[in-house]
Amino acid sequence: MVMLNYVFICFLMLGAVGFAVAPLILERLIAPRKRGRSKGETYECGVLTTGETWIRFRIQYFIYALLFVVFDIETVFLYPWAVSYVGLGGFALVEMVIFLVVLLIGLIYAWATDALKWV
Amino acid sequence: MTDWACATLLFAQEIAPREIPWLAWFLWLLIGFFGIFPGVVAYMVWAERKVAARFQDRIGPNRVGPLGLLQPIADALKLITKEDIVPDAADPIVHLLAPVIILVSSFLVLAVIPFGVGLAPVNLPSGLLYLIAVSSFSALGVFLAGWSSRNKYALLGGMRAVAQLVSYEVPQVLSTIPVILFTGSLSLVSMVDRQYEFGWFVFSPPGFLAFVVMTIASIAEVNRTPFDLPEAESEIIAGYHTEYSGMRFGLFFLAEYLSVFAVSCLGTVLFLGGGLLPFPLNRLAEWMGTGDWPAIVVNIGMVSVFSIKVLGYVFLMFWVRVTLPRMRVDRMMNFAWKYLVPLSIGNIVIAAVWFEMVLRDPIKRMAQVEITGDEYIPPGIGVGLKGWIVTGALVIALFLTVLRVNRGSHASKIKEITESPIPLPSEAPALFARAR
Repeated sequence: MVMLNYVFICFLMLGAVGFAVAPLILERLIAPRKRGRSKGETYECGVLTTGETWIRFRIQYFIYALLFVVFDIETVFLYPWAVSYVGLGGFALVEMVIFLVVLLIGLIYAWATDALKWV
Repeated sequence: MTDWACATLLFAQEIAPREIPWLAWFLWLLIGFFGIFPGVVAYMVWAERKVAARFQDRIGPNRVGPLGLLQPIADALKLITKEDIVPDAADPIVHLLAPVIILVSSFLVLAVIPFGVGLAPVNLPSGLLYLIAVSSFSALGVFLAGWSSRNKYALLGGMRAVAQLVSYEVPQVLSTIPVILFTGSLSLVSMVDRQYEFGWFVFSPPGFLAFVVMTIASIAEVNRTPFDLPEAESEIIAGYHTEYSGMRFGLFFLAEYLSVFAVSCLGTVLFLGGGLLPFPLNRLAEWMGTGDWPAIVVNIGMVSVFSIKVLGYVFLMFWVRVTLPRMRVDRMMNFAWKYLVPLSIGNIVIAAVWFEMVLRDPIKRMAQVEITGDEYIPPGIGVGLKGWIVTGALVIALFLTVLRVNRGSHASKIKEITESPIPLPSEAPALFARAR
């Protein structure tokens, strides 16, 4: 029964893909297509583009990505806790406070070492 | 009819709840999903242009049809008849894939929203988890668009967008945890049910704080002013969709407004009670015996109430957009990590305190009532009041602490800068004199 829900979502996904692709096909049929030398150029305010565009990232983005992974996995732990909290006692609350404090220390560490500073 | 189509219909029959015939269910899915939602969204664009025009003392679209009501159709026709220019340098496959991914992700988010009784397109037991997972797909699409265009502005926009979406997803997800805690389930349908029993979640101090954090993070998640840095037109042309034209641009546009609609629906379901009436009116409706009315009448009422709430939420977003200027990149990232994340982490604990003080006892008694069949007596107003005072004080204390820590860190930074050996402009003449 639960699996069927997901199958249904897959059908919806197919429908959504169809909804996205249909106007593109329609456009291919009715819109004008005239290629030109300067039309295919990269649009950077009229100036010809110089140098390589596909460069490496700055390390700053990687740090934010790491932090995101940490906190997103945290929520993976927090969701089951929140769902089953009704059946658990005050002990679960204490445990979760300890977990959150550990995470908060992590955030404070990142903050103190200027990992959160955008340069 | 092919086997595949038969299988589809069988699945639809399996999944459909008992109250509605499966054909109606299937039709609702098709019409609702690919008819009503894009229509609503197209008129949201019109509404935004009209509202923004009013705010700026203009008239807004008024040429195509009465009050410009046919403007969305004209726009769609224009987009579909425009040439679709793909730059020579771009990666053609990824360039095509990016808008499709974004649109699919914004459509799928709407799949679990309960618009009325039995009107959730798919009633997933783990609906919220699914919703969070699907909505974060759009970050992928945005980055693919920025990368594949091979345009420096597009790449800048794509990078900024990923950093922003990823940062604001954390507070957004964390602020849903109080709601899960109060409900004890991830299903959006049971969240509305719980709010029917205990009032809207926004009417409790932790719920209110979570609602505020959620609203701000949602505005950032859909890249709207004041968080529209990924497409900041005054600095990086149009950000990640600089190189998109014609219908591909149209797909981005549609996806953006679909996700505005989706986050408004999500906020309404999680905190504003979905299609439920506010306090005195819901008791009145109960007294009138709406429980025995035919499902379709109840649903019409619920969908109207839901729509009014969503319209209010969307209007709030328009209002914020025309009022606030764009934020600076570093401030925007700081705001997510140094204000919203600590606030929402602290709020989880406060939500647990509220649950222990106010909700645990009634939930236990309600479960007992279902077994014994006695009459359920709601708790006195004193319990709620005590909970309000304690958790309200905690929320204010948390807010002030976060503010104070940030101010302190800001002040120490300023001190560091001003006491550093680099000369200030005011000292420059003296330095010049010494040098001479």
